[in-house]
Amino acid sequence: MAPRGSPLFLERGSYRQRRVMDAVRLVVFLGAGLWMIPLLWPAQGAPAEQAVPMSRALMYVFGVWTVLIVTSFYLAYRLRGMPDDPDDSEAP
Amino acid sequence: MMASLNALVAVCLAYVFLLFCVAFAAERAGVQGRAGWLLRSPLVYTLSLSIYCTAWTFYGAVGYAARSGFEYVTIYLGPSLVIVGWWWIVRRLVRIGRSHKVTSIADLISSRYGKSNGLAIVVTVMAVIGVTPYIALQLQSVTASLSLFAAAEQGSLSDAEEARAAGFWIAVGLALFTVLFGTRHLNVNERQHGVVIAVAVEAVVKLIALLAVGVFVVWGIAGGVSETLARIDASDLGTWEMDGSRWAGLTFVSAAAFLCLPRMFQVMVVENDDERHLQIASWAFPLYLMLMSLFVVPIAVIGLDLLPADANPDFFVLSLPLSQGQEGLAMLSFLGGFSSATSMVIVATLALSTMVSNHVVMPVFLYLQQGGATQSGDVRNVVILSRRLSILAIIALGYIYYQFSGGSSALAAIGLISFAGVAQFLPAMLGGIFWRGATRAGALVGLGVGFTVWVYTMLLPSFGPDVALSAAIFDQGLFGTGWLRPQALFGIPGLDPTVHAIFWSLLLNAVSFALVSLMTFPHPLERLQGAQFVNIFEHSGQTRGWQASVAESEDLMIMAQRILGAGEAQRLFQAEADAQGQGGFLPEPTADFLQRLERELAGSVGGATAHAMISQIVGGTAVSVQDLLAVADESAQMLEYSSQLEAKSAELSKTAAQLRDANAKLMQLSDQKDAFLSQISHELRTPMTSIRAFSEILRDTDGLGALEKTKYANIIHVEAIRLTRLLDDLLDLSVLENGQVTLNQQSGSLVDLLDHAIATAEVSEARPISFKRRRLEETVTLHTDLDRLSQVFINLITNAQKYCSAETPELRIEVSRAGETVVVDFIDNGAGIPVASRDVMFEKFSRIGAEDGNGAGLGLAICREIMARLGGDVRYLDGTGGTAFRVTLPQSQALAAQ
Repeated sequence: MAPRGSPLFLERGSYRQRRVMDAVRLVVFLGAGLWMIPLLWPAQGAPAEQAVPMSRALMYVFGVWTVLIVTSFYLAYRLRGMPDDPDDSEAP
Repeated sequence: MMASLNALVAVCLAYVFLLFCVAFAAERAGVQGRAGWLLRSPLVYTLSLSIYCTAWTFYGAVGYAARSGFEYVTIYLGPSLVIVGWWWIVRRLVRIGRSHKVTSIADLISSRYGKSNGLAIVVTVMAVIGVTPYIALQLQSVTASLSLFAAAEQGSLSDAEEARAAGFWIAVGLALFTVLFGTRHLNVNERQHGVVIAVAVEAVVKLIALLAVGVFVVWGIAGGVSETLARIDASDLGTWEMDGSRWAGLTFVSAAAFLCLPRMFQVMVVENDDERHLQIASWAFPLYLMLMSLFVVPIAVIGLDLLPADANPDFFVLSLPLSQGQEGLAMLSFLGGFSSATSMVIVATLALSTMVSNHVVMPVFLYLQQGGATQSGDVRNVVILSRRLSILAIIALGYIYYQFSGGSSALAAIGLISFAGVAQFLPAMLGGIFWRGATRAGALVGLGVGFTVWVYTMLLPSFGPDVALSAAIFDQGLFGTGWLRPQALFGIPGLDPTVHAIFWSLLLNAVSFALVSLMTFPHPLERLQGAQFVNIFEHSGQTRGWQASVAESEDLMIMAQRILGAGEAQRLFQAEADAQGQGGFLPEPTADFLQRLERELAGSVGGATAHAMISQIVGGTAVSVQDLLAVADESAQMLEYSSQLEAKSAELSKTAAQLRDANAKLMQLSDQKDAFLSQISHELRTPMTSIRAFSEILRDTDGLGALEKTKYANIIHVEAIRLTRLLDDLLDLSVLENGQVTLNQQSGSLVDLLDHAIATAEVSEARPISFKRRRLEETVTLHTDLDRLSQVFINLITNAQKYCSAETPELRIEVSRAGETVVVDFIDNGAGIPVASRDVMFEKFSRIGAEDGNGAGLGLAICREIMARLGGDVRYLDGTGGTAFRVTLPQSQALAAQ
């Protein structure tokens, strides 16, 4: 619900800014989801040919890490001009 | 070969000296306002967050990886997620911390739950218990790495005792550093620039050290990335063998600990200068963590390959370069580990000492000094002293723990236990900033339950069977109760012990916190603070109020000087006095000012203590919100009372208005009576005058002719008749008006009634008038007082005869039935009655025009009274072209003629 005095619809620039803020909120879920994918990999005691090699696991986890860092960097770059106090309003 | 160890110690001392210099320079620069770009840069903020990476992660991660494969990385994943998701929690914490001048996590929780010092003490004690082993761990890792050097140099561990002694001196050095640079500003929210810069430098050193070792291992030993990956796959760690519950559980607990660790709270929230630094940290800190963990697996794998089987994997980072003859690299690596350990100890001690000093020492001191906040003497010294003593005590505690635990177990185990311990703050903290319904009782119970479960399932079992807990308890549970086995609560075995402890402690913690919160009712101050914490982004202002008299300004000033320092306090008071537009130094102690003052004090001594100090002065007793609410209650009662009064007075004024109306009516009636009397005396007087005059002529005049006598006697007779008629009319009207008339109910035909009336009227009045009637319509049988009704008809017909101004007067009598009633209209072809007269023509003595002196003006008044008695009505009828009257008879009295 939009608080008193805030417009229902925003002009293009502010709209994009709000979506960037939404993205900032959502990245963490992306990261958590991707990093929990190893839970689906064959567990201990699985046949050797099914087991995921350590090198691939390393590359996966660090790959996700890199994606998160790059995404956060991009979003921080987009947010840099943001006013000091963008209230938590949900106005779309 | 002692020289080499001594060289190491020398390098170490040089490094420490460098750190002292850097810290000192930064402190000087901060005081002089120089180099703000660096001191307050997001880079320094991010680097200060890196105290998360302690010696445990620097050395221990490799050992962890060597033992459990890829699991070590979860310790970094959790914090990465938290900081990537900074918008949700960290931003909120930072905002709350800045606007409420929070000094520690204990202060945050206590402020949120109504500035409860009891809660602050509980959190402080838990934090000390949870973190002390961690500090011991750092000391252990430094001394162990020292002794490793000694062993490598001498081929034996003979100098281990010497290394242990070094541990003592390291502890002393750390305590000295922390005391020197950690207590320069009393206000915790002011950054301790020296400490922060030193921590940042150490962060860089440990990153470079670990990266250097990693690069050396990957490219120097293994010979490239692909070769390294191949060696990894070929090693014992070659496949993904992860317990899923540990993967998720450890990620979660490290995320929780990242938020709850006192030292992390210190650098992340308390020393945050600018909320926007979080934006930079949101990518820079994950990058730092990634780099810190990038080479862990390669080092572990190569170490396992190259080093003897009995080498402690916890120190591969150190022993691998040593075994390859890379003394310089080993030295760098040692400095990295040393940096990790010292920066952690410094900040953790700082954070803990703030908590201990603000929430344990100061309240006790103030309590002992009963009412002493206004006494002379500088409390600042007491606060600083208590903080320094706390620092010494905590480091001493860590050292003692280290001495007794003897540096036995693997580093990682202690780290995880500590993480799970501080993670118990999570429900109370998150509940406090997101849920207004969270209460103090809920937080206390949640913390207590979580902590107890943690101690029972994690801390005590960690010492092994038959140390803290007997083996019997492990097997059969507490008191032989099967479902109380410390590693299989509720009889659910099979869970990994660490995950088991984390799961049950946090679950029971959160559940009891929520349940008790739901069932208890918070104090007003708790509710106010809760609303402010949860709605921090909507309004950052305070709503609670203080009240104080001007006389207390001076006391406040004295107290503020003692805590903030004279200059600072005077500046604050002066600014406020200026803002209030007052001369002098003492501002009015408005609620706003008192709030600001309390926050300033809170920055130095913590929220609960500041609250207590202000309340000590203001009015001598605490002006608590409870009191304010009581006052509000009273005023609400007064409001209610006054609204009752208002209602009563409204009622009174209504009654008065009614009385006024009644009085006006009475006055009107009295006027009417006066008018009536004067009218009636005039009416009576006129004929009486004639009668007297002519009777005197008859008596006194001699020689009157018979004709004249007859004439005069006739006049007297006519006047007497007129008088009689007037009196008859008056009597009639009086009877009618008083309601004393008795109606003589009869049945009769309207036709007959009209015939009779017309005949009577024609006899009494000489003027001719022609009648227009429709006899057919008049065939209505009436049941009423026919005599009275005929009186009305006669009056109306006579009026028409008398006053119709037409050449050939004509009276139409129209009978019609309108629904329930019978209507008789008398319409003549005269000039009608002027609008102005229509209102008054039914009043007594009202005469239209003065051309005829014969009538007394009572006729229509009598008609109206009669019709009212008969239940009908007589009214003037508009718009007929002449004078017209309508007589309305109710149906009950009009029976259809059959």
